[in-house]
Amino acid sequence: MTILIWIIQLLLVPALSPLFIGIIRKIKAKLQNRRGASICQPYRDLRKLFNKDEVISEDASWIFRFSPFIIFAITLVVGASIPLFTGLISNPLSDFLVIIYLLAFSTFFLALAGMDAGSAFGGFGSSREMTVAALTEGGLLFSLLTLAIAAKSMNLFSISQKIASLPSSSLFPVGLAFVGFLIAFLAEAGRFPFDNPATHLELTMIHEAMILEYSGKRLALIEWAAANKFLIFAGLAANLFFPWGLTGQVTLPHIALALLLFTGKILVLSLGVAILESSIAKFRFFRLPDLLFVSFILSVIAIGLII
Amino acid sequence: MTEALAQTCFVVLFFSFAVGAIGSLILRNNDRLADWWGNSFAILGSISGIIASISALAFGNTFSYTLPSSFSILSFSINFDYLAAFFSLVLSLISLFASIFALGYVKHFFGKYNIGSLGFFYNTFIAGVMLVFLSSNAIFFLIAWELMALTSYALVVYERHDEKNVKAGLLYFIMTHIGTAFIILLFLLLFKQVGSFDFAAIKAGLAGMSPALRTAVFIFALIGFGMKAGIIPLHIWLPSAHPAAPSHVSAILSGVMIKTGIYMLIRLFLDIMPGTSLWWGLAVLVIGSVSSLLGVLYALAEHDIKRLLAYHSIENIGIILLGLGSSLTFLALGFKSLAILGLTASLYHTLNHATFKALLFLGAGSVVSKTHTRNIEEYGGLIRFMPLTALFFLIGSMAISALPPFNGFFSEWMTFQSLFRGFQALNSMAQWIFVLAAGSLAFTGGLAAACFVKAFGATFLARPRSEEARHAHESEPSLLVGMGGLAILTLVFGFFAGPISSVLAKTAGSLGALKMAEAPMAASWNSVRFADGFASLSMPLVLGVLALSLAIVAFIVYLWAGGRKVRTCATWDCGTTLDSRMEITATGFSRSIVTIFNGILKSTKQQDIEYHDADMRYFSKENRFTLETRDIYKDYLYEPLHRSVLKISNFFKRVQTGNINVYILYIFLAIFILLIALV
Repeated sequence: MTILIWIIQLLLVPALSPLFIGIIRKIKAKLQNRRGASICQPYRDLRKLFNKDEVISEDASWIFRFSPFIIFAITLVVGASIPLFTGLISNPLSDFLVIIYLLAFSTFFLALAGMDAGSAFGGFGSSREMTVAALTEGGLLFSLLTLAIAAKSMNLFSISQKIASLPSSSLFPVGLAFVGFLIAFLAEAGRFPFDNPATHLELTMIHEAMILEYSGKRLALIEWAAANKFLIFAGLAANLFFPWGLTGQVTLPHIALALLLFTGKILVLSLGVAILESSIAKFRFFRLPDLLFVSFILSVIAIGLII
Repeated sequence: MTEALAQTCFVVLFFSFAVGAIGSLILRNNDRLADWWGNSFAILGSISGIIASISALAFGNTFSYTLPSSFSILSFSINFDYLAAFFSLVLSLISLFASIFALGYVKHFFGKYNIGSLGFFYNTFIAGVMLVFLSSNAIFFLIAWELMALTSYALVVYERHDEKNVKAGLLYFIMTHIGTAFIILLFLLLFKQVGSFDFAAIKAGLAGMSPALRTAVFIFALIGFGMKAGIIPLHIWLPSAHPAAPSHVSAILSGVMIKTGIYMLIRLFLDIMPGTSLWWGLAVLVIGSVSSLLGVLYALAEHDIKRLLAYHSIENIGIILLGLGSSLTFLALGFKSLAILGLTASLYHTLNHATFKALLFLGAGSVVSKTHTRNIEEYGGLIRFMPLTALFFLIGSMAISALPPFNGFFSEWMTFQSLFRGFQALNSMAQWIFVLAAGSLAFTGGLAAACFVKAFGATFLARPRSEEARHAHESEPSLLVGMGGLAILTLVFGFFAGPISSVLAKTAGSLGALKMAEAPMAASWNSVRFADGFASLSMPLVLGVLALSLAIVAFIVYLWAGGRKVRTCATWDCGTTLDSRMEITATGFSRSIVTIFNGILKSTKQQDIEYHDADMRYFSKENRFTLETRDIYKDYLYEPLHRSVLKISNFFKRVQTGNINVYILYIFLAIFILLIALV
């Protein structure tokens, strides 16, 4: 039974992540009075890309060829190390600093790969990505730190267990930290108001600019990794700040219920993201730091209230 | 292993450096032989240094030795305890690989500069730094300190045909001696208190020292040793002096020499004179935060590769000071075991920074020796011509950006731990300073990653942007061995984080102020775990899981899509012809961050346009942009200081009339006043 839990834990993020991307697109389409593609479209896209031939720039080095693999591998490792549907797994990798720095590792290679082909788009994408990533780090780290201090542990699984039984007095700081985390989440996952995931040729794009030179299986890996990253952050938001519904038992019905609850929580978050993206415009690039500093300051206040 | 072995190693060590130094001078007329002689003996000396330090750290073979001199206040006493052994180990490791690197690197100076004198100063410099770590008598220490300062000055101005290097050397010379003045003052204060220059005697006799005097000692130490460590705002010499030296020397300057300041701060305040005030630790924390954050911001604005690395040294000194500051604060608050945690983090980062910064400087040296420029904008695409240099530089970049599983991540993790512990401190001001220090460390990590994406990407990726870069080729084996060795060390120090941190905790616990304290973490060979369950980390696991999942992903993709064709084609060019001017430059890359932090960096933009037709200003002939960042500490600290010194000097110039009668009057008046005052 433990093996089953581990298998689900390992495969849950890569298996479900394209689905939620599809769902967000569908909701956005509905809000725009379009019919929209099926929610399974991202899966089909991935299959299509994996079956296609590839073109690689003659200026690109091994960094360009290698990056998609390491980026995807890191999202797998991180996806397996965060609380998703169960609190039973004890994983020594679940230290939140390790998670943050592992994700920084993937950003590092993504940005290098963007510069590698020597196109003007890639370089600017990398520059913007690293700018946003560097400024997000403070808010991201401090919002999770608030929880770690409240729970007296840096392990994400212990955090999610202890936050559930926190006294109501610490709900306010946790709420502040949640807002801080949400901003960092949107920045890291490349959603509005930071980046427009639906654009391919816009001068302000970030993520799409970096991966413009990719095609075939490597593009598939990067797109899939981006979807994984979205689900990872959504999962963290859902299970660290609203940690109810993680199963403590290893029976099939419990696991099924927990998985259902997890899907439900992510659905609510996806709905929120889709509504946000349909109702506001992307921010000007030099307005983004303000938002990111707000995230940091909120988390600092939260920590101030809790210590 | 016995003590005798450690002592023999020391005799071999100083003998090698002496023979290396003098031999290179004798062989100065033969470049090839002088290069070989000087560096081989430096290698020999470094290896015996490594053996001696490891035998002390691992088997407890510490010793002290005193050779009295004919002056009563000076004795050549050596105290090789755990702390000294640790710092000697750092020095020996770096100088070993730097010397191997130098064997080949020095060749591009053949015929241009004298190799014999380089070998002489290089060997005496390493011996001088070693003596700084070993000496336990203030006068002896000052001699060693001065030996280190003078030889490093000679190395900084080694490429003397470049006017800039001579200027950088002069600035370094002046700044380091201002620092030394404060250090002399500090030891005189201590001498006045205990009547001895011997460290052991000072340690024993300090009990009744008044708080005001202690504070004075602390401030003098902070200025004197902080100057050497390169804390902001005393760092102005560092970004110009370190890049000026030959690259293998820069590696030791940035990797080890600036740590002598840290070493003496630890020695003074955690060993010799325990009993710190709370605000000392907090002051060190604030200085550490400012240095780390400003250091990385200035590095981002920089596009001279060696200056960029020098600014990162300031950043990392800041991180080391965060560990040290938290240790001092915990000590003042009475949490001895947490103080050990802070100091362990600080020592670990000292070791790590030495390895990856030396690696990066050697990598930069390898690039500079092939392209003959330090300007990142003139590189590009070097990964194709120098694949191994690129790989090693990439490893160094990942380590300094604190990416797991490299060593930089572990020491930053540990520094974070000690700062997080401070949140629970009882004093509310201390709490907030800890929070801000942790915040600055978080931003520093992110900005450092951005800076190294820029440094690596602009240097090694995309297309070459100059003729030199287009004709670069891989460096020779000795350079690669030097870099490769350090690259492996960054992984090894990351992998064996458990055992190393327990040795460092033992080192920290051996100091006077921290005796009898238990470290708050338990370390096994593969993990570090805190006793209260707050955090645990296993570096081998991180490496293993990453490697495993990478292999699985690669295998599955190979099975699924391995048969698809891969075509190599030109980068998409939007219908124009792509050339190297269209790819992003280092300046362009960091421009957005520089703009965001404009309040600190004060970037300026100047545009000069020359038109074909002065009346019809539509078609520009030449369009020139000058982007600059200004240094606020220069504008607001050094410039006013400079101006007021000049003003005062001008005022006193009136006294100097040049008339000899007036001078005789001055002498007469002086004697008259002295007679009245004294009799």
